[in-house]
Amino acid sequence: MTQPKYYWEDFRLGETVEFGRKLVTREEIIEFASEFDAQPFHLDEEAAKASILGGLCASGWHSCAMMMRMMFDGYVLESASMGAPGVDEVRWKKPVYVGDVLRVRRTCTERRVSKSRPEMGLTKFLIEMLNQKDEVVLTSLGWAMYGRRHPGAPVEGDA
Amino acid sequence: MPWFEDIEIGARMELGPYTFTEEEIIRFATKYDPQYFHIDAEAAKAGPFGGLTASGWHTTATWMKMMIRSRTGREDLPDETGRKPAGGPSPGFLDMKWPNPVRAGDTITYSSTVIEKIEMKSRPAWGIIRSRNIGINQHGQTVLEFTGQGMIERRNPG
Repeated sequence: MTQPKYYWEDFRLGETVEFGRKLVTREEIIEFASEFDAQPFHLDEEAAKASILGGLCASGWHSCAMMMRMMFDGYVLESASMGAPGVDEVRWKKPVYVGDVLRVRRTCTERRVSKSRPEMGLTKFLIEMLNQKDEVVLTSLGWAMYGRRHPGAPVEGDA
Repeated sequence: MPWFEDIEIGARMELGPYTFTEEEIIRFATKYDPQYFHIDAEAAKAGPFGGLTASGWHTTATWMKMMIRSRTGREDLPDETGRKPAGGPSPGFLDMKWPNPVRAGDTITYSSTVIEKIEMKSRPAWGIIRSRNIGINQHGQTVLEFTGQGMIERRNPG
Protein backbone atom coordinates (compact mmCIF):
# COMPACT_ATOMS: atom_id res chain seq x y z
CA MET A 1 0.00 0.00 0.00
CA THR A 2 1.10 3.50 -0.76
CA GLN A 3 0.99 6.22 1.85
CA PRO A 4 -2.67 7.18 2.47
CA LYS A 5 -3.77 10.68 1.51
CA TYR A 6 -6.57 10.86 4.08
CA TYR A 7 -6.17 10.04 7.75
CA TRP A 8 -8.78 10.47 10.48
CA GLU A 9 -7.51 14.01 11.06
CA ASP A 10 -8.46 14.98 7.49
CA PHE A 11 -12.21 14.46 7.94
CA ARG A 12 -13.34 17.74 9.50
CA LEU A 13 -16.54 18.10 11.50
CA GLY A 14 -19.31 19.60 9.38
CA GLU A 15 -17.38 19.29 6.13
CA THR A 16 -19.51 18.35 3.08
CA VAL A 17 -18.05 16.97 -0.14
CA GLU A 18 -19.63 15.55 -3.30
CA PHE A 19 -18.16 12.93 -5.57
CA GLY A 20 -18.92 10.01 -7.86
CA ARG A 21 -20.85 9.47 -11.06
CA LYS A 22 -22.57 6.16 -11.60
CA LEU A 23 -24.83 5.37 -14.56
CA VAL A 24 -27.28 2.64 -13.55
CA THR A 25 -27.82 0.13 -16.35
CA ARG A 26 -30.57 -2.43 -16.86
CA GLU A 27 -27.98 -5.18 -17.17
CA GLU A 28 -26.39 -4.39 -13.82
CA ILE A 29 -29.76 -4.07 -12.02
CA ILE A 30 -30.82 -7.49 -13.31
CA GLU A 31 -27.43 -9.08 -12.67
CA PHE A 32 -27.32 -7.97 -9.03
CA ALA A 33 -30.97 -8.84 -8.40
CA SER A 34 -30.64 -12.27 -10.01
CA GLU A 35 -27.96 -13.15 -7.50
CA PHE A 36 -29.17 -11.40 -4.33
CA ASP A 37 -32.70 -10.01 -4.57
CA ALA A 38 -34.75 -11.88 -7.16
CA GLN A 39 -38.03 -9.97 -6.87
CA PRO A 40 -40.11 -9.17 -10.00
CA PHE A 41 -39.66 -5.36 -9.81
CA HIS A 42 -35.86 -5.82 -9.92
CA LEU A 43 -35.89 -8.37 -12.76
CA ASP A 44 -38.73 -7.82 -15.18
CA GLU A 45 -39.81 -4.56 -16.88
CA GLU A 46 -43.47 -5.50 -17.26
CA ALA A 47 -43.86 -6.83 -13.73
CA ALA A 48 -42.09 -3.74 -12.42
CA LYS A 49 -44.45 -1.38 -14.29
CA ALA A 50 -47.43 -3.13 -12.70
CA SER A 51 -45.88 -2.97 -9.22
CA ILE A 52 -45.94 -0.24 -6.60
CA LEU A 53 -42.49 0.89 -7.84
CA GLY A 54 -43.73 1.71 -11.35
CA GLY A 55 -40.68 0.55 -13.29
CA LEU A 56 -37.58 -1.60 -13.23
CA CYS A 57 -35.45 -0.43 -10.33
CA ALA A 58 -32.36 -1.49 -8.42
CA SER A 59 -32.45 -3.62 -5.29
CA GLY A 60 -31.91 -1.44 -2.22
CA TRP A 61 -28.92 -3.65 -1.43
CA HIS A 62 -27.57 -2.88 -4.89
CA SER A 63 -28.00 0.83 -4.14
CA CYS A 64 -25.96 0.34 -0.96
CA ALA A 65 -23.28 -1.49 -2.94
CA MET A 66 -23.15 1.29 -5.56
CA MET A 67 -22.89 3.85 -2.75
CA MET A 68 -19.99 1.89 -1.27
CA ARG A 69 -18.21 1.81 -4.63
CA MET A 70 -18.54 5.58 -5.07
CA MET A 71 -17.23 6.07 -1.52
CA PHE A 72 -14.31 3.77 -2.31
CA ASP A 73 -13.40 5.62 -5.49
CA GLY A 74 -14.10 9.02 -3.91
CA TYR A 75 -11.86 8.72 -0.83
CA VAL A 76 -11.67 5.29 0.83
CA LEU A 77 -8.99 4.04 -1.58
CA GLU A 78 -6.72 6.94 -0.68
CA SER A 79 -7.53 6.77 3.03
CA ALA A 80 -6.21 4.90 6.04
CA SER A 81 -9.55 3.05 6.21
CA MET A 82 -9.88 0.42 8.92
CA GLY A 83 -13.38 -0.71 7.99
CA ALA A 84 -16.74 -0.02 9.60
CA PRO A 85 -18.53 -1.60 12.58
CA GLY A 86 -21.93 -1.35 10.87
CA VAL A 87 -24.49 1.23 9.79
CA ASP A 88 -26.91 3.05 12.11
CA GLU A 89 -29.58 3.63 9.50
CA VAL A 90 -30.20 3.49 5.77
CA ARG A 91 -33.30 4.98 4.18
CA TRP A 92 -34.29 4.00 0.67
CA LYS A 93 -36.17 7.19 -0.11
CA LYS A 94 -36.82 6.81 -3.84
CA PRO A 95 -36.46 4.00 -6.36
CA VAL A 96 -33.25 3.92 -8.43
CA TYR A 97 -34.35 3.40 -12.04
CA VAL A 98 -32.59 2.29 -15.22
CA GLY A 99 -30.70 5.24 -16.67
CA ASP A 100 -30.36 7.14 -13.38
CA VAL A 101 -27.02 8.85 -12.83
CA LEU A 102 -26.03 8.74 -9.17
CA ARG A 103 -23.57 10.67 -7.06
CA VAL A 104 -22.77 10.92 -3.36
CA ARG A 105 -22.69 13.77 -0.86
CA ARG A 106 -20.78 13.10 2.36
CA THR A 107 -21.09 15.15 5.56
CA CYS A 108 -19.06 14.49 8.70
CA THR A 109 -21.53 14.76 11.60
CA GLU A 110 -19.42 13.44 14.50
CA ARG A 111 -15.84 12.38 15.15
CA ARG A 112 -13.87 10.96 18.05
CA VAL A 113 -10.69 9.09 18.81
CA SER A 114 -10.67 5.49 19.97
CA LYS A 115 -9.82 5.19 23.66
CA SER A 116 -8.72 1.56 23.41
CA ARG A 117 -6.79 1.93 20.14
CA PRO A 118 -4.73 5.15 20.01
CA GLU A 119 -3.81 4.51 16.36
CA MET A 120 -7.47 4.75 15.36
CA GLY A 121 -10.16 7.41 15.09
CA LEU A 122 -13.84 7.21 14.22
CA THR A 123 -15.97 9.45 12.03
CA LYS A 124 -19.72 9.46 11.60
CA PHE A 125 -20.73 10.27 8.05
CA LEU A 126 -24.14 11.17 6.68
CA ILE A 127 -24.06 9.84 3.13
CA GLU A 128 -26.70 11.06 0.71
CA MET A 129 -26.99 9.45 -2.71
CA LEU A 130 -28.55 11.75 -5.31
CA ASN A 131 -29.86 11.14 -8.82
CA GLN A 132 -29.60 13.34 -11.92
CA LYS A 133 -32.70 15.27 -10.80
CA ASP A 134 -30.95 16.13 -7.52
CA GLU A 135 -33.40 13.92 -5.64
CA VAL A 136 -31.99 12.14 -2.61
CA VAL A 137 -32.62 8.45 -3.31
CA LEU A 138 -30.78 7.02 -0.30
CA THR A 139 -29.39 8.27 3.00
CA SER A 140 -26.99 6.37 5.23
CA LEU A 141 -25.68 7.26 8.66
CA GLY A 142 -22.89 5.38 10.36
CA TRP A 143 -19.44 5.29 11.90
CA ALA A 144 -16.27 4.31 10.06
CA MET A 145 -12.76 3.75 11.42
CA TYR A 146 -9.61 5.41 10.11
CA GLY A 147 -5.98 5.34 11.05
CA ARG A 148 -4.63 8.50 12.69
CA ARG A 149 -1.76 10.47 11.22
CA HIS A 150 -0.55 11.12 14.74
CA PRO A 151 -1.55 8.12 16.89
CA GLY A 152 -2.36 9.06 20.45
CA ALA A 153 -1.71 12.78 19.91
CA PRO A 154 -3.91 15.17 21.89
CA VAL A 155 -6.91 16.32 19.87
CA GLU A 156 -8.08 19.89 19.97
CA GLY A 157 -11.40 21.55 19.42
CA ASP A 158 -13.97 19.70 17.41
CA ALA A 159 -13.13 16.12 18.33
CA MET B 1 -45.37 -14.20 0.90
CA PRO B 2 -48.17 -14.24 3.50
CA TRP B 3 -50.71 -11.45 4.02
CA PHE B 4 -49.74 -8.73 6.50
CA GLU B 5 -52.54 -9.92 8.82
CA ASP B 6 -51.18 -13.48 8.94
CA ILE B 7 -47.69 -12.57 10.12
CA GLU B 8 -47.18 -13.02 13.86
CA ILE B 9 -44.80 -11.06 16.05
CA GLY B 10 -42.14 -13.45 17.32
CA ALA B 11 -42.35 -15.71 14.28
CA ARG B 12 -38.85 -16.81 13.30
CA MET B 13 -37.71 -17.92 9.86
CA GLU B 14 -34.59 -20.01 9.54
CA LEU B 15 -33.05 -18.94 6.25
CA GLY B 16 -30.39 -21.62 6.28
CA PRO B 17 -26.62 -21.81 5.98
CA TYR B 18 -24.45 -20.25 3.27
CA THR B 19 -20.74 -20.93 2.75
CA PHE B 20 -18.64 -18.04 1.41
CA THR B 21 -15.84 -18.89 -1.00
CA GLU B 22 -12.72 -16.80 -1.53
CA GLU B 23 -13.65 -16.46 -5.20
CA GLU B 24 -17.04 -14.88 -4.51
CA ILE B 25 -15.76 -12.65 -1.69
CA ILE B 26 -13.24 -11.23 -4.16
CA ARG B 27 -15.76 -11.07 -7.03
CA PHE B 28 -18.30 -9.04 -5.02
CA ALA B 29 -15.67 -6.75 -3.53
CA THR B 30 -13.96 -6.16 -6.87
CA LYS B 31 -17.23 -4.68 -8.15
CA TYR B 32 -18.49 -2.84 -5.11
CA ASP B 33 -16.00 -2.58 -2.25
CA PRO B 34 -12.43 -3.14 -3.47
CA GLN B 35 -10.63 -2.35 -0.21
CA TYR B 36 -7.46 -4.45 -0.18
CA PHE B 37 -8.61 -6.59 2.76
CA HIS B 38 -11.63 -7.68 0.66
CA ILE B 39 -9.79 -8.45 -2.61
CA ASP B 40 -6.17 -9.40 -1.87
CA ALA B 41 -5.65 -12.38 0.46
CA GLU B 42 -1.89 -11.75 0.74
CA ALA B 43 -2.09 -8.01 1.51
CA ALA B 44 -5.06 -8.64 3.83
CA LYS B 45 -2.80 -10.57 6.23
CA ALA B 46 -1.28 -7.25 7.31
CA GLY B 47 -4.69 -5.53 7.37
CA PRO B 48 -7.15 -4.75 10.17
CA PHE B 49 -8.70 -8.25 10.19
CA GLY B 50 -5.52 -10.30 9.69
CA GLY B 51 -6.80 -11.91 6.50
CA LEU B 52 -9.25 -11.72 3.62
CA THR B 53 -12.80 -10.82 4.73
CA ALA B 54 -16.08 -10.30 2.91
CA SER B 55 -17.44 -6.79 2.45
CA GLY B 56 -20.14 -6.13 5.05
CA TRP B 57 -22.45 -5.35 2.13
CA HIS B 58 -21.76 -8.81 0.70
CA THR B 59 -22.55 -10.44 4.06
CA THR B 60 -25.78 -8.42 4.11
CA ALA B 61 -26.82 -8.97 0.46
CA THR B 62 -26.44 -12.69 1.11
CA TRP B 63 -29.00 -12.39 3.92
CA MET B 64 -31.42 -11.06 1.27
CA LYS B 65 -30.48 -13.89 -1.10
CA MET B 66 -31.32 -16.43 1.59
CA MET B 67 -34.58 -14.64 2.45
CA ILE B 68 -35.67 -14.78 -1.19
CA ARG B 69 -34.64 -18.44 -1.39
CA SER B 70 -36.72 -19.24 1.72
CA ARG B 71 -39.78 -17.45 0.37
CA THR B 72 -39.63 -19.10 -3.04
CA GLY B 73 -41.97 -22.01 -3.53
CA ARG B 74 -44.05 -21.33 -0.44
CA GLU B 75 -47.78 -21.59 -1.11
CA ASP B 76 -49.56 -18.31 -0.47
CA LEU B 77 -53.23 -18.39 0.37
CA PRO B 78 -55.38 -16.26 -1.95
CA ASP B 79 -58.29 -14.30 -0.49
CA GLU B 80 -61.90 -15.07 -1.50
CA THR B 81 -61.45 -13.20 -4.81
CA GLY B 82 -58.34 -15.17 -5.70
CA ARG B 83 -55.98 -12.27 -4.94
CA LYS B 84 -52.56 -13.14 -3.51
CA PRO B 85 -50.50 -10.76 -1.38
CA ALA B 86 -47.66 -8.85 -3.03
CA GLY B 87 -44.39 -7.97 -1.39
CA GLY B 88 -43.39 -4.37 -1.72
CA PRO B 89 -40.27 -2.32 -1.30
CA SER B 90 -38.58 -1.46 1.97
CA PRO B 91 -38.25 2.03 3.43
CA GLY B 92 -34.81 1.13 4.78
CA PHE B 93 -33.14 -0.59 7.71
CA LEU B 94 -31.85 0.27 11.17
CA ASP B 95 -29.10 -0.65 13.59
CA MET B 96 -26.90 -2.81 11.37
CA LYS B 97 -23.80 -4.31 12.94
CA TRP B 98 -20.98 -6.40 11.55
CA PRO B 99 -19.46 -7.54 14.89
CA ASN B 100 -17.16 -10.18 13.38
CA PRO B 101 -15.74 -10.55 9.88
CA VAL B 102 -16.74 -13.25 7.38
CA ARG B 103 -13.73 -15.16 6.04
CA ALA B 104 -13.40 -17.51 3.07
CA GLY B 105 -14.80 -20.92 4.00
CA ASP B 106 -17.05 -19.56 6.76
CA THR B 107 -20.58 -20.92 6.88
CA ILE B 108 -23.11 -18.31 7.95
CA THR B 109 -26.54 -19.35 9.23
CA TYR B 110 -29.12 -16.61 8.68
CA SER B 111 -32.45 -16.04 10.38
CA SER B 112 -35.23 -13.45 10.59
CA THR B 113 -37.56 -12.84 13.54
CA VAL B 114 -40.64 -10.59 13.32
CA ILE B 115 -40.50 -7.89 16.02
CA GLU B 116 -43.09 -5.29 14.98
CA LYS B 117 -46.03 -4.72 12.62
CA ILE B 118 -46.93 -1.22 11.48
CA GLU B 119 -50.11 -0.30 9.58
CA MET B 120 -49.26 2.42 7.07
CA LYS B 121 -51.41 5.54 7.35
CA SER B 122 -50.23 6.89 4.01
CA ARG B 123 -50.89 3.65 2.13
CA PRO B 124 -53.82 1.78 3.70
CA ALA B 125 -53.39 -1.23 1.39
CA TRP B 126 -49.98 -1.93 2.92
CA GLY B 127 -48.32 -2.69 6.24
CA ILE B 128 -44.69 -2.71 7.28
CA ILE B 129 -43.12 -5.74 8.95
CA ARG B 130 -40.04 -5.08 11.07
CA SER B 131 -37.74 -8.02 11.73
CA ARG B 132 -34.47 -8.59 13.55
CA ASN B 133 -32.18 -10.37 11.15
CA ILE B 134 -29.08 -12.26 12.16
CA GLY B 135 -26.15 -14.14 10.64
CA ILE B 136 -24.02 -16.48 12.80
CA ASN B 137 -20.84 -18.26 11.77
CA GLN B 138 -19.80 -21.85 12.43
CA HIS B 139 -18.15 -20.79 15.71
CA GLY B 140 -21.37 -19.27 17.03
CA GLN B 141 -20.15 -15.69 16.52
CA THR B 142 -22.54 -13.09 15.18
CA VAL B 143 -21.34 -11.61 11.87
CA LEU B 144 -24.48 -9.63 10.98
CA GLU B 145 -27.45 -8.17 12.77
CA PHE B 146 -29.92 -5.54 11.67
CA THR B 147 -33.54 -4.48 11.89
CA GLY B 148 -35.09 -4.86 8.45
CA GLN B 149 -38.37 -3.46 7.20
CA GLY B 150 -40.56 -4.68 4.38
CA MET B 151 -43.90 -3.60 2.96
CA ILE B 152 -46.49 -6.34 2.63
CA GLU B 153 -50.05 -6.10 1.31
CA ARG B 154 -53.00 -6.23 3.68
CA ARG B 155 -55.85 -8.63 3.05
CA ASN B 156 -58.28 -6.04 4.43
CA PRO B 157 -56.99 -2.57 3.56
CA GLY B 158 -57.56 0.28 6.00
